[in-house]
Amino acid sequence: MAAGAGLGDLEHAFREEWGAVVATLARRLGDLQAAEDAVAEAFAAAAAAWPKSGVPPNPGGWLTVTAWRKAVDAHRAHRAAATDPHVLSDVTAAEEADVSQVPQSLGDDRLGLIFACCHPALALEVRVAMTLRYVAGLMTREIAAAFLVPEPTLAQRLVRAKRKIREAGIRFEVPAPERLTERLASVRTVVYLVFNEGFASAGGAGLIRGDLCEEAIWLGRLLHRLLPADAETAGLLALMLLHHSRAAARTDEVGKPVPLAEQDRSRWDTALAAEGTRVLDEALTRRSPGPYQLQAAIAALHAAAPSVDDTDWPQIALLYGSLARVDPSPVVTVNRAVAVGMADGPLAGLAVLEPVLASGALEGYAPLHAAHASLLEKAGYPERARGAWSRAAQTSAVPALRDELIRRHENS
Amino acid sequence: MKYALLIYSPASAEEYATGYRRQAGASTWTDYTQAAKDAGVLLGAEQLTHTDTATSVRFRGEDQLITDGPFMETKEHLLGFYLIDVPDLDTALDWARQMPVRDGQTVEVRAAMTGMPWQRVLG
Repeated sequence: MAAGAGLGDLEHAFREEWGAVVATLARRLGDLQAAEDAVAEAFAAAAAAWPKSGVPPNPGGWLTVTAWRKAVDAHRAHRAAATDPHVLSDVTAAEEADVSQVPQSLGDDRLGLIFACCHPALALEVRVAMTLRYVAGLMTREIAAAFLVPEPTLAQRLVRAKRKIREAGIRFEVPAPERLTERLASVRTVVYLVFNEGFASAGGAGLIRGDLCEEAIWLGRLLHRLLPADAETAGLLALMLLHHSRAAARTDEVGKPVPLAEQDRSRWDTALAAEGTRVLDEALTRRSPGPYQLQAAIAALHAAAPSVDDTDWPQIALLYGSLARVDPSPVVTVNRAVAVGMADGPLAGLAVLEPVLASGALEGYAPLHAAHASLLEKAGYPERARGAWSRAAQTSAVPALRDELIRRHENS
Repeated sequence: MKYALLIYSPASAEEYATGYRRQAGASTWTDYTQAAKDAGVLLGAEQLTHTDTATSVRFRGEDQLITDGPFMETKEHLLGFYLIDVPDLDTALDWARQMPVRDGQTVEVRAAMTGMPWQRVLG
C-alpha cells in the first residue's frame, strides 16, 4: 500500500475491493447470501496466504477466482448433502469449467448490485441498509448504530431482503432502458436519504453524523463514475459535496447549530465546494436539468458568496422557482420565501409564505415558523415574530436546534 | 420464473358484483389476456366467485370442520389471478402494471417456488 494513505483510505480501498468481488459473485450466483459467504472465505484465504506468498499482482482477480471456487465447492457440498439431488442444480457444468475465466468485477456488476439493493420492491429503510452493507461495505453493527436500530433487528432485515431478492427474482442487473429512469431515481433517493440522515438527524445525539454524509458521498462518487453521462446523478454528487463543504461551520464548539447567516465562512471546505461546483458545471452542459442539479446550483451560489448580504439572492429565488415547478412541495416554497425575502424585501417573502401558512400543510415543520419569524422581524412586526419563534421552538425535533430557537424567541 | 398476479379489491359484496360485471364486460381484460397469451407468458388465469360463496375446511386436531365463508373476513377480496412465466420480477411487475384494474384495487405479485420435489409430479 502506498505510504501516507490514511486509515480511512485504506479502509475504503479494502471495502471497494470487497464490494466489487461481492458484486461479481452475486451476479453470477443470483444469490447475495451465497456470494457473501464465498467472499468471506476468499478473504480468509487471502489473510492466510498473502503474508507468506505476498500480495498477488491482481488482488481483485485473485479474490474473485478464489471466491468463485469457494462458491462452487459450497454448492457441490450442498448438493451432495441434499436428499433430493434434483433440487440443487443451478450451477451448471459449463459454469464450473469457467472457474479460471471469471472476469474481474466490471462496472456493470457494481451497478447491478446497487440496483438490486435499491429495488423498489424492498422497503425504503431496507434499501438504505442493503446499500450501506453491500455497496458501501459497512458492518451491520455500524449501520444499526447509525440508524438507532438494535443490531439483531437490522441483521434480520438484511437476511430477509437477501432471501426476497433471491426468491422473488430480483436481478443483479442494470435495468432495461425503459425502466432505467425510474429505477435510477430510487437509487438516488437512497443515497440522498443516507446523506440527509448524516446531515441533520432528528433522532441522533449529534446534529451532524458526518460518517453517513461521507458514506453517501462515497456512494455518489461511485455512482457518478459508473454513470458519468447521467446529469442528475452528477447533480446529486455535486449537491452533497457542496452541502458537506459547510459541515465544519454548521455547529459551534459545543455542538449547537449555527444558521447559514452566522457561519464562519473561513471554515467552509473550499476544495470540496470547488469539486462540487466543477461536477455541477459539467452536469449542466448536458442540458438535462432536474431537482438535484437545481438544488446543487443553489448550494453553489451560497458557497461562492463571501457573506449573506453578498449572496446572489435574486438568482437563488429564481432557482427555487424552477425547483417548485419540477418538484413542487411546500418545503421548497418556504425556502423560496426566504430567498425572495432577501432579494425583494421581507414583505415580498411573506407574500410567498402566506399560502403555505394558510394551508396548514407544514404546521409541525419548525423551519417554516423560523422563516416566518425572521421575515416578520425584518418587516418590523416584533410581537408577531415572537409568536412565530415560539412555534418554531415547539415544533423542532432536534434538541440543540430547539435551544437555539428558544434563545431567539426570548431575545426577540 | 413463474409468478402469480393476485388481484385484490376492497369492494363490498355489492360493489364487487357490479364492478365485476363491468370489468368482465370490458374489453380491456380480454385485450390484456390476449396480449399475455400472444407474448407467450400466460400459463393460466381464473376469476373467482365472491368470498361470501366460499367454503372453508378447518383442520383442528383430528377434526376437519366445514364452515361457511372465507378463511378470514377481510376488507380486501381476492378477485382472481393470472399465472405467468417471465424471466424476473421486473418483467412480472410490468405485467402487473398493465392490468386494467380499477382505482383502489391491488395486484400482489408472488413468485412461485422452484425445485420442490412435489413439482416433479407435474412433469
